[in-house]
Amino acid sequence: MPTTAHATASATASAFADATASDSALRRFLHGLPGVDAVGLEARAAALGTRSIKTTAKAYAIDLAISMIDLTTLEGADTPGKVRALGAKAVHPDPSDRTTPRTAAVCVYPDMVATAKEAVAGSGVKVASVATAFPAGRAALDVKLADVRDAVAAGADEIDMVIDRGAFLAGRYLKVYDEIRAVKEASGTARLKVIFETGELSTYDNIRRASWLGMMAGADFIKTSTGKVGVNATPANTLLMLEAVRDFKQQTGVQIGVKPAGGIRTSKDAVKFLVLVNETAGADWLDNHWFRFGASSLLNDLLMQRQKLATGRYSGPDYVTVD
Amino acid sequence: MSEKSEKSEKSEQNRLSVFKTYKLYVGGKFPRSESGRVYEVTSSKGEWLANAPQSSRKDARDAVVAARKAFGGWAGKTAYNRGQVLYRVAEMLEGRREQFVREVADAEGLSKSKAAAQVDAAIDRWVWYAGWTDKIAQIAGGANPVAGPYFNLSSPEPTGVVAVVAPQESSFLGLVSVVAPVIATGNTAVVIASEAAPLPALSLGEVLATSDLPGGVVNVLSGRTAEITAPLAAHQDVNALDLCGADEVLAKELEVAAADNLKRVVRPQPVDWSADQGTHRLTAFLETKTVWHPTGSLGASGSAY
Repeated sequence: MPTTAHATASATASAFADATASDSALRRFLHGLPGVDAVGLEARAAALGTRSIKTTAKAYAIDLAISMIDLTTLEGADTPGKVRALGAKAVHPDPSDRTTPRTAAVCVYPDMVATAKEAVAGSGVKVASVATAFPAGRAALDVKLADVRDAVAAGADEIDMVIDRGAFLAGRYLKVYDEIRAVKEASGTARLKVIFETGELSTYDNIRRASWLGMMAGADFIKTSTGKVGVNATPANTLLMLEAVRDFKQQTGVQIGVKPAGGIRTSKDAVKFLVLVNETAGADWLDNHWFRFGASSLLNDLLMQRQKLATGRYSGPDYVTVD
Repeated sequence: MSEKSEKSEKSEQNRLSVFKTYKLYVGGKFPRSESGRVYEVTSSKGEWLANAPQSSRKDARDAVVAARKAFGGWAGKTAYNRGQVLYRVAEMLEGRREQFVREVADAEGLSKSKAAAQVDAAIDRWVWYAGWTDKIAQIAGGANPVAGPYFNLSSPEPTGVVAVVAPQESSFLGLVSVVAPVIATGNTAVVIASEAAPLPALSLGEVLATSDLPGGVVNVLSGRTAEITAPLAAHQDVNALDLCGADEVLAKELEVAAADNLKRVVRPQPVDWSADQGTHRLTAFLETKTVWHPTGSLGASGSAY
């Protein structure tokens, strides 16, 4: 798997060799992407959000959503104890019901990777680590790469990097591209998620450009946001990124994952995102290898909904673990 | 001058009537029912009065979420402050007196003067419960004599989220008499208005929204009593039930459903709403917290102090 991943990454790179040959070529390519119809995009996202998902489909969607969660704690106050508790929750989200699926991963800061790794050992739950001077990304490339290597050395299965939004917004796309390439190389076999911080990119056109830039540079996942700014994952920007991965696969044959993160708190929201995935990228993406939710409080709401489906009565926050 | 008054009289006649859209009161906001349904509310003589929202179980669930969210803040306020807020509600009720008199007269088929007496009694009752907020701890708690060198203190604390089935007949005085005691002690409430006469309850929501009461402390739902109460009785995040307005068969079903998470339940019983209510409804939704505080060894005088 790792070797094929590397092979596809370099194949992708050569497929876009012309576009990435120079800063101006890359700019020409990215600005040549079709503009986004903002009204149409939002209307489409809103329309898909009205689908009614009930009974067995709902049960399926809830279990799928749980299995797609990157259970996240990214606070300055994170302690080893909190990370261990999070790991235990990822392995057994609902201690009162062992049929509950595990979450996909836990997501922590690099210095907590070893602790997290220990907490989920043997369960199949992966450990993702943010890196590259998360969340601002304001550091020298050397520092960012050292950050990544640290996380990988501690055993991270996945690396969540942030792009340099300053360079991106200033139009220095090749700098962003080269950074992603360098981080991808430093990540080794770990899967790389590239965070665009869509809330800071300000236009849908920019989100489409960033998506293509990330995919061309070898991202395994494109991720909306850090969860640290006002606007995080929205249905519209996730839909836009799903369109990008769909088009990229059509063009290159390479499948890229998508991860909306931040602001998704209710089961209803999560199910809406799954509808977007199914209707835009297709059923190929309905798997935690290709779609993730970056969330923490979402899990409790999904568990309460799951209990409601199982027992017929509404559950409450007293019946799920407190984070 | 006379021409002018004639004119205004004419425009009075030509005015289109402004129908009021009654809405639910949940989390400090006025949503329509999630289901989009309404039902016709008629006066006691069968004349159409208004359409009221017909709540679904999802509205009930949303109301519980709002009530739970509001609970910490409301229970954490000082009893004195809660009293002030409740007194403020009474002030606002007084300002809307005419509206409530009209609504109660229509709903219960009372003459204007009898309806006015009901509304006055309801406002007085609200003030009475407002006074109880910082006094209930004295009668429901206190120091306990124990055989050891300890201070043993019991203090009453609010139970949590209380689902209140408001009386079916007494649409305003009865309503106030079951809602005020629940929130006076720091609980938050989900109130199911009288099925046939929900308008005074929905208007009460408008009063509460403008009287310093934090959003979510009282949530008012209208609709079919049996439909809304069933999910509330089974809800794991509801701590207590006041079954005042439930009929015998429904009350039994709800009590069975409530047993699952050991909700406190007040059974329905005939009440004379005009009589003194006592403290029964205040103490029904309280939990007693007792602390043992060591006083250290007793000195030669026989006291640690």
